[in-house]
Amino acid sequence: MTTSYDSIVIGGGHNGLVCAAYLARGGKRVLVLEAADQVGGAAVTREFAPGFRVSACAHLLHMLPQTIANDLALAKHGLEFAAQGMSTTALSQEAAHLRFSRGAVSGIDHADHAAYTSLMARLRKFAAHLRPILEMTPPRLGTSAWADQTGLLRLAWQVRSLGRADMRELLRIIGMNVYDLAEEHLTSPLLRGALAFDAVLGTNSGPRAPGTVLTLLYRMAAETAVGAAAMAQPKGGMGALSDALAAAARVAGAEIRTGARVDRILVRDDRAAGVVLADGETIEASSVISSADPRTTFLRLLGTEHLDTGFVRRIDHFRHRGLTTKLHLALSGPPSFSSVDDATLRGRILIAPSLDYIENAFNPSKYGECSEAPAIEIVVPTASDPSLAPPGQHVLSAIVQYAPYAPKLSWDKLRQPFIDCLIDTIEQYAPGLRKLIVAAELLTPADIEQQFGIAGGHWHHGELAFDQFFMVRPVPGAAQYNSPVENLFLCGAGSHPGGGVMGIAGRNAARQVLKKAA
Amino acid sequence: MNATAPLPPPFLQPLLPTPFHARSRAASRVDQFVPWAGYTTVDVYTTVEQEYFAIRNTCSVYDLTPMVKYRITGADAERYLNRLVTRDVRKLKPNRVAYTVWCNDAGHVIDDGTIFRLAASEFLLCTAERQLNWLLDSAIGFDVAIAEITETIAALSLQGPTAYGVLKSAGLTGVERLKPFDIGRFAMNDRPITISRTGFTGDLGYELWMQPQDAEFVWDSLMAAGSSRGIRPIGSQALNMARIEAGFIMPNLDFVNSETTVRIGRDRSPYELGLEWLVDLKKGHFNGRRALLEEQRRRPARRLVGLDIDGNKPAEKALLYADRHCSRQIGAVSSAMWSPTCKRNIALAMVDAPHFDMGRQFWAEIYLCRELVWERRVARARVVEKPFFMPERRKLTPPGDR
Repeated sequence: MTTSYDSIVIGGGHNGLVCAAYLARGGKRVLVLEAADQVGGAAVTREFAPGFRVSACAHLLHMLPQTIANDLALAKHGLEFAAQGMSTTALSQEAAHLRFSRGAVSGIDHADHAAYTSLMARLRKFAAHLRPILEMTPPRLGTSAWADQTGLLRLAWQVRSLGRADMRELLRIIGMNVYDLAEEHLTSPLLRGALAFDAVLGTNSGPRAPGTVLTLLYRMAAETAVGAAAMAQPKGGMGALSDALAAAARVAGAEIRTGARVDRILVRDDRAAGVVLADGETIEASSVISSADPRTTFLRLLGTEHLDTGFVRRIDHFRHRGLTTKLHLALSGPPSFSSVDDATLRGRILIAPSLDYIENAFNPSKYGECSEAPAIEIVVPTASDPSLAPPGQHVLSAIVQYAPYAPKLSWDKLRQPFIDCLIDTIEQYAPGLRKLIVAAELLTPADIEQQFGIAGGHWHHGELAFDQFFMVRPVPGAAQYNSPVENLFLCGAGSHPGGGVMGIAGRNAARQVLKKAA
Repeated sequence: MNATAPLPPPFLQPLLPTPFHARSRAASRVDQFVPWAGYTTVDVYTTVEQEYFAIRNTCSVYDLTPMVKYRITGADAERYLNRLVTRDVRKLKPNRVAYTVWCNDAGHVIDDGTIFRLAASEFLLCTAERQLNWLLDSAIGFDVAIAEITETIAALSLQGPTAYGVLKSAGLTGVERLKPFDIGRFAMNDRPITISRTGFTGDLGYELWMQPQDAEFVWDSLMAAGSSRGIRPIGSQALNMARIEAGFIMPNLDFVNSETTVRIGRDRSPYELGLEWLVDLKKGHFNGRRALLEEQRRRPARRLVGLDIDGNKPAEKALLYADRHCSRQIGAVSSAMWSPTCKRNIALAMVDAPHFDMGRQFWAEIYLCRELVWERRVARARVVEKPFFMPERRKLTPPGDR
């Protein structure tokens, strides 16, 4: 039996599903092939201990644009929220926590409050001007094509239209590190730490690394089009979003197969012509769109024999190893953080008490070691969504900076000590936590690589930094969701605008495929 | 025997001696050595003219050891090379040699060289310049091992009408069966020696590959066997004359490694170098193919061609003009000489479209220095067929025993 499709999407993660949905809406016969038994990729809800379920990687939804949610009618397809407009609390060891809610902060003195408010107003303005850049397909440099020229003009206009003073300030700070920016404006160590944490979350940088203002603006720009729902927790975990996306794709006409691992991309006459599955089945299609990371797509699925050495060299140099780790705790009762009320527990909780704390957390990772005092983002999803755990019991989900992909000592030796270190760190703010623990799961970058098929285990499929951003993401020659091989496209987080559960890469890739076919 | 002083230790000697160094130093009459790929090699032994005529009339011996050699082995060796170079390596049978070029992503030539297929999965890649970095990066995704083995092989080039006769006199039997680009394995006094019917002169000739410890023995044996056949060691200058007559290009003279150029537009495609016969666009993907496919659809903006220039003044480094008044430049000469064998004033030149078409005429501005007085000549130049010299004996099998 030969089945033929217009498009095959490799990987049923959120970007793959968004891409498939848009392609199907554009009239294409689409097949999504997902290696795992459920759709979602890294945006899944998994049982990690009997009766305890958790969002496996990302645990908050704060970057999915309202436009995509509306286009794909996600609410209609079952996406509900257990919590929306969640607050952020920066924990202090003296229990003098800071609370951020709907853009305002409480718990600091008047001067810092004023400084923070004016800094954030300015950063938000920058983020709003950068937002269209996040949404667009990056232009190519050195071509005379109309789309590229207008794209570059638009980029220049977005910066120029800030006005002289703000443009100067943006250009001054965009290459800076967030450590210096925080010191310039703010006084409270806790406030500085909270700002810097958002800049380095999911990256391979400490706050002193140049480019961390860019990653902060990136995060803020990604959050600007989300609307009031910003910082939300889908009911049923992130898997609920993936299920809604899959439903939207299916309704639009896409076919989705799980448990279908792609072994390689079929190339015929120098064009992508389909895929071969691990079980040997060949499926043909006139275009192949990969949501896998660039390294996996090009070096493993496509094969270097179809590529030029210079391009392979760029892919090989694409910085793809993650430093971000996930901790899941199954708890027999609600965790009790000192001086934290129930409302706070339904929000996002940070352990990043100062700039130096985060920088010191980062330092060991440079030498293949784990942080001794890690910076942590904690969510207790069961505080808003009791369905994730047995009655009265709870789940603690934590994103941890920093633990290396390939530590000097093996993860076999480091796993338990690092779990203990994390529990100790959290317990300093939540006394008695250890006694509540029923089960613990640690997902290191190496685990993420192995379980989700992301080479290097980086949440963004590759580091987000100036050299891997926008027009050069993932590398020149593949930065417009295309590739050197005709009819092979990229739609994953390795492409602009990058990771975070956003879906823009998937949507933009679908547009490119549809444009090509038109 | 060896009359020269012992060599200084390596740290005082930035250039290495080749395994033939003692012999070449003893044979050198003018002490004219030049660096080549980290070795000191002979530029001229006696006079260029004498050495040149040995290539064309008798037999020349050239120390080829500094030529960079990479050994490529492994299950994917053929696939690897086929992706690396522009020719179809699958068509290269064991014990055969192929001349080829390889390109970067933009389809611009990195280097030219020869591939020796020693066995199904064992190749030797001989190049002008070191490029292990490019070769290793090209190996990502292939099951191959790549090693530079330049120092482990001593090599001599034996070129000229009596080259076969010299090998025969040296007691090597079976060499007559080698067709051009064949590889054969022989022994001299139980010392293994690999012989390929290859060369850089466009003449009858062989290249001899041996263990470094056998180098002096082989040299001495050839010199003894060739004494009645006019054998003579030659330096790089004489070889350069022969290669221009044969129409062969030289890296850094006729083109620049595209991975090292810094100025835009200075790198060259195989089409621009007149090497389209080396490019197999039908064999599947190889480095630069997509760019070359594009370029092949266009007419190249410039092309390396052979020129015949009026008069007898070598047009070295001459600029080329469309008009006799030299107001509109259309190209430049990269290699030039008075060819004693062809009795023609010849050159290789990079010429802009449309002037590179066969038979087109234009003008060369030649500068001459005569007793420190510079003169300028404007001579007519014509685009002519290459090679300028390619004798029948080069291809004849069995070769002439002269």
